Amino acid sequence: MIINGVHIDDSFAEAFPMRATRVVITAQDLKWAYHAANAMTGFATSVIACNCEAGIERELSPEETPDGRPGLSAMFFAMGGKTLTKQVETRAGQCVLTSPTSALFAGLDAADKIPLGKNLRFYGDGFQISKRINGKRYWRVPVMDGEFLAEDSTGMVKAIGGGNFLVQAESQPQALAACEAAIEAMRKIPNVIMPFPGGVVRSGSKVGSKYKGLNASTNDPFCPTLKGQTRSELSPEVESVMEIVIDGLSEGDIEKAMRAGIEAACSLGAQNGIRRISAGNYGGKLGPFLFHLHKIMA
Amino acid sequence: MSALSFTLKLELQQRLDCAPLTADHLAGKSPAEIAAIPLQCGNRTLRTDEAFHREGDDAGHIRFLKASSKLDNIGKGMRGGFIAVDGDAGAYLGMQMKGGKIEVSGSVGAYAACEMKDGEVLIRGNAGDFLGAALPGNRKGMAGGVVIVKGDAADRVGDHLRRGAILIEGNAGDYLGSRMIAGTIAVAGSVGAHPGYAMNRGTLLLLKTPAALPPTFNDCGSHTLGFLPLLLKGFQGLDTCFGERAGSLRRVRRYAGDMAGKGQGEILVAL
Repeated sequence: MIINGVHIDDSFAEAFPMRATRVVITAQDLKWAYHAANAMTGFATSVIACNCEAGIERELSPEETPDGRPGLSAMFFAMGGKTLTKQVETRAGQCVLTSPTSALFAGLDAADKIPLGKNLRFYGDGFQISKRINGKRYWRVPVMDGEFLAEDSTGMVKAIGGGNFLVQAESQPQALAACEAAIEAMRKIPNVIMPFPGGVVRSGSKVGSKYKGLNASTNDPFCPTLKGQTRSELSPEVESVMEIVIDGLSEGDIEKAMRAGIEAACSLGAQNGIRRISAGNYGGKLGPFLFHLHKIMA
Repeated sequence: MSALSFTLKLELQQRLDCAPLTADHLAGKSPAEIAAIPLQCGNRTLRTDEAFHREGDDAGHIRFLKASSKLDNIGKGMRGGFIAVDGDAGAYLGMQMKGGKIEVSGSVGAYAACEMKDGEVLIRGNAGDFLGAALPGNRKGMAGGVVIVKGDAADRVGDHLRRGAILIEGNAGDYLGSRMIAGTIAVAGSVGAHPGYAMNRGTLLLLKTPAALPPTFNDCGSHTLGFLPLLLKGFQGLDTCFGERAGSLRRVRRYAGDMAGKGQGEILVAL
């Protein structure tokens, strides 16, 4: 398959089940909503060492938020419910409660719950106030700038992590430009996040390492500087590879995001140095979700 | 199916207990069975068809026509359905109701919505004493749902209120929110003496500045509270003026009390 001169590999991305949640962060203005959301979703690129993967999903207009202020929706993914619960609670307490003018609300309705204000309320030292509005419980916690308003809990659902594709280009700037175009298109797709910095990862990993105790190491078949040193997957003209990892609430969401991203990357075309689109997998042995590039782009 | 209507055909000398006439009790009953339902009236028992002329068959939508203030316990303990009262209703309207909606075109007596658990009560006229309160001797009042009074409410509104919202568009009497455990009472008009008397927790939201507040409430200053738009937005689907204030009412003066008790309640006066 070739799109705009870019070769699409007959390969697939291999993804695995995760647990996910969404929260809504509002503030006096978007600037302060971003401060809180950036802090809360920080250091959450990969479950390999961060315990969770997180990202800002999109901006919300005042009409879309519970308290009528500008806000952001952010999503969190982890390998299990317990880890996700701990990560979200800790991050909410340290990053949103502390951020001026912020408020925190549920972004998902589901039977399984993750506490938001439910436990954070104890920070109020007895001065916290509960309000039940339209069947939902909220907590008003007195803080130095006024009150921190937090919904009691948010929903937790089954989700998928590890959707991905690799952009192979003739140069590093060209690979990055294609990835930037892809991320811009993918951010318009709901229910997905791209958890790495700017949505792009330059250090894709393979499972395992020659060193004991390391469960991931550099993806040497895709490292351009190792073309003559390892069993390389790269053709001679490829000088840079970058990966976009996608976590989403469903297979359909990830497929939509991958399609939008690959289309945008390919729109730059071979004339801009974009040579191939591939995907990371483990031979189908790791995850039950397989995203075949040819099927998605058909 | 048409609404199941009960038109009062007696000039009642004694109070009539209408508790059996709810959707839960009437569902699946034949006209003959409904006609034979006994209703307590003073110290004697009347058949339903002796007190009311019945029409219609939809037990989920009940109407009381030519209703009087002697009809007690309308909607008592109801779990669902809709009851419309054309006229006044007596005491204990919607007592312990767990769901559904009651709408009264006139005024209601004492203890309306007392110990109510969920649902909605809309009173277009005035409400008597102890609206949303606990029954005498009990210590837990209304525990959920919404009560809207388009007119005035008398004394002791929300006595022992535990949860839910009481929205009064007119004036409220003395001892508003007395002994409140939690919940919200909002009053658009004026309030009587001693609001928040012995209040433990909960919120009294007053759109008009009261003439006086009890000395056991401490001034916490003026604040912009983020939860207010959220709270008021929650009333937007209801027939009440409070939902309209969601975009405008955010700034209040906060008084904490009752310091003679737990002191975790608040009176919020709109600025």
